[in-house]
Amino acid sequence: MAGDGGIDLFKNFTRGLWSENPLCRLLLGMCPALAVTTTAINGLGMGLATLLVLFFSNLIISLLRHLIPSKVRIPSFIIVIASFVTMIDLFMEGFFFALHRELGIFIPLIVVNCIILGRAEAFASRNSTLDSLIDALGMGAGFTISLLILGSIREIVGMGTIFGVTVFGEGYLPFIVMILPPGAFISLGLLLGIMNRIEAIRR
Amino acid sequence: MELFGIVFGAIFINNFVLVRFLGICPYLGVSRRIETAMGMGLAVIFVMTIASFVTYFVYHLILIPFNLGYLYIVSFILVIAVLVQLVEMVIQKQSPALHRALGIYLPLVTTNCAILGVAFLNIQEGFTLVESTLHGFGAGIGFTLAIILFAGLRERLDLVNIPESLKGAPIGLIVAGLLSIGFMGFVGMI
Repeated sequence: MAGDGGIDLFKNFTRGLWSENPLCRLLLGMCPALAVTTTAINGLGMGLATLLVLFFSNLIISLLRHLIPSKVRIPSFIIVIASFVTMIDLFMEGFFFALHRELGIFIPLIVVNCIILGRAEAFASRNSTLDSLIDALGMGAGFTISLLILGSIREIVGMGTIFGVTVFGEGYLPFIVMILPPGAFISLGLLLGIMNRIEAIRR
Repeated sequence: MELFGIVFGAIFINNFVLVRFLGICPYLGVSRRIETAMGMGLAVIFVMTIASFVTYFVYHLILIPFNLGYLYIVSFILVIAVLVQLVEMVIQKQSPALHRALGIYLPLVTTNCAILGVAFLNIQEGFTLVESTLHGFGAGIGFTLAIILFAGLRERLDLVNIPESLKGAPIGLIVAGLLSIGFMGFVGMI
């Protein structure tokens, strides 16, 4: 086992990026993914906030996994997660006020994001701390990248800009519906369809 | 009139599912048939109304007087989890018929972000007790309306020929998008 430890860790990391991508393959964390991806920067901010909460909650839960009695594990996980969400919420309010304003109640709502409780229950409570941290980074990165892609598509089509920089020039007539709620549903639907297609071709 | 505005707004203009994107998981998960959608909808109306009522007291009578406002995330999720358990036990004792109808949906409601979302929104908007409760009630009605409409469309979708890659969730999301365009029509009514 010692020899292929590195490969295992790497596999553990890449799983979250494609084959078990939380948003696109497991359909977890849909609410924030649809709600905040009006621009690329909002998607990135939300993804990173989720990644941080996931990282720290996986760390604490995997350290405490032998101490938490299995009967009260779900409430204990929720308390751990809620504490980190409170910290991230206050941190973002202090240092990224404008972004915090834009993301609104979806920062406190990270607490009920199924990705975090799901990883705590399915992975961190059964595996070593190092594995859990790698898992958190992989899953968090997969979620962040999906949000960034979704946010970029919506921003480019809906406003003709990316990270606030104009791409299509003056003559572009923005397709406003993409940054309104319907655009979120339709672009995520098409993104999932494209990913299914790629997966079908790969197989 | 203002109270009517809050209820109408929560149902149509800021529909929780289609405009605010809260509670998408049960929206896609339990909308296979109209009956199950109806059961889930009723459970959500019930819990949302009670949760809005109770979290108002928790925030304004416990957290604010003791200067613990920043603990709202931790305390609300605990209060809602306990509340759902309590409601389930009371219904089971008092009304077995209602329990049979809502039973399996109640535990699912605990982790529904729409419930916690309505509690956060009540605080953000600075609603009074009556306004909060009505907002919770309206939000629940809006959720039920959206999920029943969607379940009806989905029953039809089972019968049509859809490209292989779009089957399941992708086409569901696209249909939800079209439904959401319809709800955009309510913007500006009040």
